[in-house]
Formats: sequence, structure tokens, C-alpha cells
Amino acid sequence: MTSDALQHTVAPLVYIASTVLFILGIKDLAKVRTARRGNAVAALGMLLAIVGALLELGLIDYRWIIGGVIVGTIIGAVFAIRVEMTAMPEMVALFNGFGGLASALVGVSVFWLDIEQAHPTTSVADTMGGAQAITVALSIIVGSVTFTGSLVALLKLQGRLKKGQPILLPSRHVINVALAVAAVVLSVWLYRAGADTAWIPCILLAVVSLVLGVLLTIPIGGADMPVVVSLLNSYSGIAASMAGFVIGNVLLIVAGAMVGAAGLILTQIMCVAMNRSLLNVLIGGFGATEASGESGGSSEYKNVKSCGPEEAAMVLETAESVIIVPGYGLAVAQAQHATREFATELEKRGTKVRYAIHPVAGRMPGHMNVLLAEADVPYEQLVEMDLINGDFADTDVSIILGANDVVNPVANKDPSSPIYGMPILNAYESQSVFVVKRSLSPGYAGIKNELFEYPNTMMIFGDAKDVLQSLIAEVKAL
Amino acid sequence: MTMGPLLMGLYVFILASFVGFEMITKVPPTLHTPLMSGANAISGITIVGAFAAATTAQPTVANILGAIAVCTATINVVGGFLVTDRMLRMFGSKKKRK
Repeated sequence: MTSDALQHTVAPLVYIASTVLFILGIKDLAKVRTARRGNAVAALGMLLAIVGALLELGLIDYRWIIGGVIVGTIIGAVFAIRVEMTAMPEMVALFNGFGGLASALVGVSVFWLDIEQAHPTTSVADTMGGAQAITVALSIIVGSVTFTGSLVALLKLQGRLKKGQPILLPSRHVINVALAVAAVVLSVWLYRAGADTAWIPCILLAVVSLVLGVLLTIPIGGADMPVVVSLLNSYSGIAASMAGFVIGNVLLIVAGAMVGAAGLILTQIMCVAMNRSLLNVLIGGFGATEASGESGGSSEYKNVKSCGPEEAAMVLETAESVIIVPGYGLAVAQAQHATREFATELEKRGTKVRYAIHPVAGRMPGHMNVLLAEADVPYEQLVEMDLINGDFADTDVSIILGANDVVNPVANKDPSSPIYGMPILNAYESQSVFVVKRSLSPGYAGIKNELFEYPNTMMIFGDAKDVLQSLIAEVKAL
Repeated sequence: MTMGPLLMGLYVFILASFVGFEMITKVPPTLHTPLMSGANAISGITIVGAFAAATTAQPTVANILGAIAVCTATINVVGGFLVTDRMLRMFGSKKKRK
């Protein structure tokens, strides 16, 4: 076969096969039974895409490509194998950022090759073609915003950036709009620029976009980070799609667009779960106004009762049904295995144990499911919010493990609360509630949790894992 | 009817977006995190663009940027699929035991 046939016939056919595998892979990923196979199918699609790309490129110098792949594989594999299950949201944010960075770099690289290194005499648009010049600008913008936005999301999830609280610059909306306008103006400049000056708008565009990514993400509170990570996932898909327009590759356009749509749908699902509009999340500052009013005394807790594991174990001795409500605290304390062990201990005594999963518990949708699955909690014991909310009233004991805002009754009762209207788990309806928590500090929404003052609530202060281990010992001793 | 490459690309972009929407509307919440992670790995498809940007071994700006892009896109792809598999393996092991 001639190299021409390989480049223009075989390579596109391989790309088509790759597209089909991506679609089948995502479809399988959406079903519990086939999810793992789906991931493997999608990975195979990626392998085919790489084979197709190598065929299309033909005889070139592969040394730098191979070098990049080896270094990237080592770094990616080390991250993926060493990361704790609890840090999964951070991991997705980080990988997402790298994807966005790659797309932006592709845009700049193609621009540099065609304009700066070729020294054409015509303008950028005339040299590259208008469509390509526009998509170069778009891939730089979307890719750069994805990169720095993901890094900020990562720092917020780790609690390193002001403990995840919103950072509100004065007149931030004006600044953001100004930066967005600047990005548009720079794109137009890039489009019309002559080859000798075009590097100026190119570099400025990258800088403005990188800053925009930071500024768009810092005002958003840590509680909303799942939504942001999901949205950035969508962006990274769109960035890949734009890179596809730049290099004229349909496979990138298709795969990127599918990921972009998927991320958008997931984002929407999460917003619905929190009863917020996407716009409301993105404007940011959620919880910050409340936090500033906190000194007024409304956040002071009165009549909070606390107890130790022994007392809790005595209550649990007579309990026929127990619902465990896991939250991010469980992830932080790495308490998933202890939770499972504790539940097994209760089950041995004939207690019915179930887990109530709030859609936004943890830092990502399904975060709790992944953690509990790691500890081999039976799948059918995990019950979604809508299905279990009616059962709390007939439940003897609810145990809140490191969850906060998702069980705050104020969301049902107080229209002035910032989380009013957010669907919550009605744990307060059960006969007794135990809240395992390190302190009375507020959750990510930054507000007081009335549940802690309820007469049927007992606080058990401590690290979730430590408390569970004492509880296991106490229950065994009964 | 003839279409320029941009129009063709837009056409495909829009159709693929609809495919994405349709596939994701019916997903159990359990799979949201793995799905997000898996989709994220697929967005590493930009690796193909990165290859096209690093086709020589000369230390030009375009090539250096291309090689860095190859590296970061590979991290996205390899890390993304591996980490998704790690998550899903946990669901799998449980099924077998039942």
C-alpha cells in the first residue's frame, strides 16, 4: 500500500472506527453492568485514534512525540495509581486542566508554525484561512480558561485556597466582562493582524484567558465545586473540538463535542439537585454574604447535646432500622472501610442498615457511591434521596457521617436561608439522630445547621474513622 | 451541494453534541463520577492534534509547544482511563461475590 493511501484512506477509516468505539464506550459507561467494559472500549477507541494519527502523519520525525508520550504516560499512570479514592474529584480536575492546556498549546503551536515561522506576507486570516484563524483564537481561549479554572478548582477542593470559601474581588463582574471583551477584541486583532505583529495579540489572548479562568472560578464557593469541575469537563471537550477545527480533524471535533455535551448535562443534573440555576452558581459568592453576617450571633449554637460512643451504642442496641448519611467528612477521614465494618456489626445483630445518598454529597455526583463501593458496601443498600426520604420517619436511628448542608432542615423551612429550597435528606424526622463531626463549624454553604440543636439530635465529636472504630468496639461489647 | 471544511465541521459538531446529550440523559447517579472521569479521558483526544503539532525534532517554538501538548494530553488520556478503571473495578468485584 502506498503511503498516500495510508494517509488519505486508511487513516480516516481508522478515525471512523475510533468514533464508533467512543460512542459505544460512553453508552456502556452509563450502565452499571457494562461500565467497566465501556471504559475499556473507549480506551481502545483512543488507541485506534493514536494509530490513525500516526498513519496520517506518515514519515516524520517521531522522537519528540515519543518523548512526550513516555513522560506523559509515566506521570499520568503514577497519579492514577497512587491517588486515594477520596481525592478523586481533585484528580479529575487536574487531568481536566492538562487536557485544556494541551488544546490551548495546539492552537498556539499551529499559529506559530503557520505565521511566526513561515513569515508570510499576508494577514493571519488570509494565510491560515478565516475559519482556522477564528478557531485558533477559540482553542486558546477555551483551553486556557479550562487550564487555570481547573487548577483553582483543585486548590479549592483541597481547601488550600482560603479554605474553599469564595474570594470576592471588588467589582469582579466589571473586571470579568472587561476581560471577556478584551478576549474578543484580541481575537479580532489576531484575525486581522499582519504576520509581523500577530504574535502580540496571540500572547495577550493567552494571558487574558489564563487570568479569566482564575477570576471566573475564585468567587465560587467550595460547595459548588462539583458543578464547576463538571462544567470545566465540558469546556475541555469543547477545547478539544476547537483544536479539531484548527488542525482540520473531524475525530477531534466529534469526540470533543460529545464530551462537551456530556459535561453540560451532568452540570445541569447537579444544579437541579441543589435547586440552583447554573447562572446563579457561576455568578458565585454563595455563602459569602451569610458568612459576613455570622458575627450577628445567628450562627451561635444553643442547646447542643453531645455524647460518647458508649451512649450511642446503647441506643443502637435497640434500633431495628438505621440509615447512614455519608458526606465529605467521611471521605476526608478515609472512613469508608470503618463504615462498612460498623454496618456489618449492626447487621449481625439483626438491624436493617441502609445508606442515604444525597445527589451532591461529597464533592462530585456519585462520590459517595464510589467510596462505599471501594469498601464493598452492597449496591442495593445505597438508596437515592427521593426513594429514602419517606422512610426517615419510620427509622430508629440516623447517623450523619461528615455530612452537613445536605441534612440542614433550614432548607425546608426558612425562606430567608441561602440554601432554602435545596432538596435535603429528611434525617431530622427519624427518632434519634447522631451527628459524627469534628466540630460545630459550618459546612461549605457557610451557614448554621439547625439540625444540631434539635431535641432528637446528639453530636458525637471526633474524626469519623476514630468515632466509628470506638462504636464498633462498643457495639461488639454489647 | 458542496460544503467547505468549516461548514462540514460545524455540521458534525452539532450532530455529535446531540449524540452526547442523548447518551448522558439516562445515567444512574452511581456512575456520575466514573462517567465524568471517563468522558474527561476522551477529551484527551486532543493528543491527536498535539501529534500534528510536534512533527519534527527541531527546537522551534511550534515544536516545543507541540511536545509539551503531547505530554499533557497523554497525562489526561492515560491517567483518565486508569483512574476510571480503578473506580469501576470496585463496582465489579462486588457483583461477582453476590
